[in-house]
Amino acid sequence: MSVENKLNISASPHVRSKTSSKRIMLDVIIALVPALIAAVFIFGYRVLAVTATTVLTAVIAEYLSRKAMKRHNTIGDFSAVVTGVLLAFNLPVTIPLWMAAIGSVIAIVVVKQMFGGIGQNFVNPALIGRIVLLSSFSTDMTCWTEPLKWRTGDAVTTATPLALMAADKKDQLTGLADMLLGVRAGCLGETCAIALIIGGVYLIIRKVISPVIPLVYIGTFSVITLIAGNGDFTYLAYQIMGGGLLLGAFFMATDYATCPINFKGKIVYAIGCGLLTAVIRLFGSLPEGVSFSIILMNILTPHIESLTTPKPFGTVKEKKAKKEAAE
Amino acid sequence: MAEKRSMGKEFTKGFISENPVLRLVLGTCPTLAVTTSVVNAIGMGIAATIVLIGSNIVISALRKIIPSKVRIPAFVVVIASFVTIVQMLVKAFVPVLDESLGVYLPLIVVNCIILGRAEAFASKNPVLVSAVDGLGMGLGFTTALLCMSSIREIIGAGTFLAGTQSLLALFGENVLGGFDGFTLISGNGALKPMVILILAPGGFFVFGMLMACVNKLAEKKGKPKAELKGCSSCPMAATCSLECKNDIKEGNV
Repeated sequence: MSVENKLNISASPHVRSKTSSKRIMLDVIIALVPALIAAVFIFGYRVLAVTATTVLTAVIAEYLSRKAMKRHNTIGDFSAVVTGVLLAFNLPVTIPLWMAAIGSVIAIVVVKQMFGGIGQNFVNPALIGRIVLLSSFSTDMTCWTEPLKWRTGDAVTTATPLALMAADKKDQLTGLADMLLGVRAGCLGETCAIALIIGGVYLIIRKVISPVIPLVYIGTFSVITLIAGNGDFTYLAYQIMGGGLLLGAFFMATDYATCPINFKGKIVYAIGCGLLTAVIRLFGSLPEGVSFSIILMNILTPHIESLTTPKPFGTVKEKKAKKEAAE
Repeated sequence: MAEKRSMGKEFTKGFISENPVLRLVLGTCPTLAVTTSVVNAIGMGIAATIVLIGSNIVISALRKIIPSKVRIPAFVVVIASFVTIVQMLVKAFVPVLDESLGVYLPLIVVNCIILGRAEAFASKNPVLVSAVDGLGMGLGFTTALLCMSSIREIIGAGTFLAGTQSLLALFGENVLGGFDGFTLISGNGALKPMVILILAPGGFFVFGMLMACVNKLAEKKGKPKAELKGCSSCPMAATCSLECKNDIKEGNV
């Protein structure tokens, strides 16, 4: 190497990190693997069929929509794969595969690509996919099978823990250990609490997500639920592990494009998510409200961001400056 | 209208280039509300077209008598009388349609398309041209409603033209052999209708997609895109109390 090359001065940034969207998305996929394996154990091999359908459709939809809009291809960053896996995690295992495919196409084409692709989506694509399916095919989307029954071949429909609690049938609930291991009815990826926590901790250690949003989200939710449940910690444990709260808090609410960047903004956002989830679960007609609360806070994110922008050191606020000028 | 256009052009502009719903973005409220079924959409389209032709003719005939200061109330009175006539006729001859359209039938009074055509066209043009404009705009509105409701009904409810008999009640009972629409997706088979398209979010979605398609069509013909241009395109700009800072900066005012 000659001397000139060594002294070459380039424009900033000079320090480059190896972090790329691809690396982040790969980390998210790795973090989702434990929950996927747990889901296969709990609900059977159909889990793989549903996940493969959503992932494949998401990738194909991404490729085709980028092609149709004459933009460069972005399936290499794996974000479509993440969306596909997250959508599959939000579906019941018995869902007809064509419905899962429709959800994937809506998530990728309508929510993501029509708004400009990765980083431009205004709400979480997988959650909109879920909500569209839920309001379109409500019977198929709320058909829950009993866990571990797939081995014997009979699929018995049952209710989710949250629905049981809402209907005041607490005697039919499984034990807390079963809840932790995910042996309960529910969407295929949301049941195994321990696998989701492992995945979440992995993401936090890899610094892919900041712990602020999940902690404040679950914290706010816990405080409200404790007050509403008269300080009953068993009730709280069922509420935290009984629905999609852990999946939502670690993997959905922390989507980069749809949550605030600042520390203060993140706290406001997470408190809002927790509050809305608790309110929907306690007072709403639906037993579960994680997806709706995250979507609502996603939409509020630009406003939270503009209200929590940090003040650069040494500057005076516009109003104050005007006031002083008037004096 | 500074330039003189042919009668045919006044008629056809309502379909694509100046389609009231998809290009001028007027009358969106009834559009979103009644397009859950094709029959409702046809009923609404016909009712609005009749009112539009009538009000355009009368307002155009009276355009030299109506003082410009009270023109809006005068237009509304003329439109309201036509709407009342149409509503009474619908109530008398097709009562089922009146039930399903509900409040949106009397609300034609405040439909922006009709008031907009009165203000922008009928009050400045002779009677015959105004009538043709009203017919074209009304049919354009009906076409837009028809497109939207077809998509929403077929995918959202799995039927097409369901409840046709309620509209055909005008011609007696069991016309066309008692034809009452097709059932495309029964819900018992593998396919199920996608209910969200019948709900409000689906309505907005289909509306946006159709608008995008018509924009694309118009672009191919070299026409400008439909877009909101801020204060400069607002008819109330002259009397508006709000300061249009951007417009003043850009020197548009």
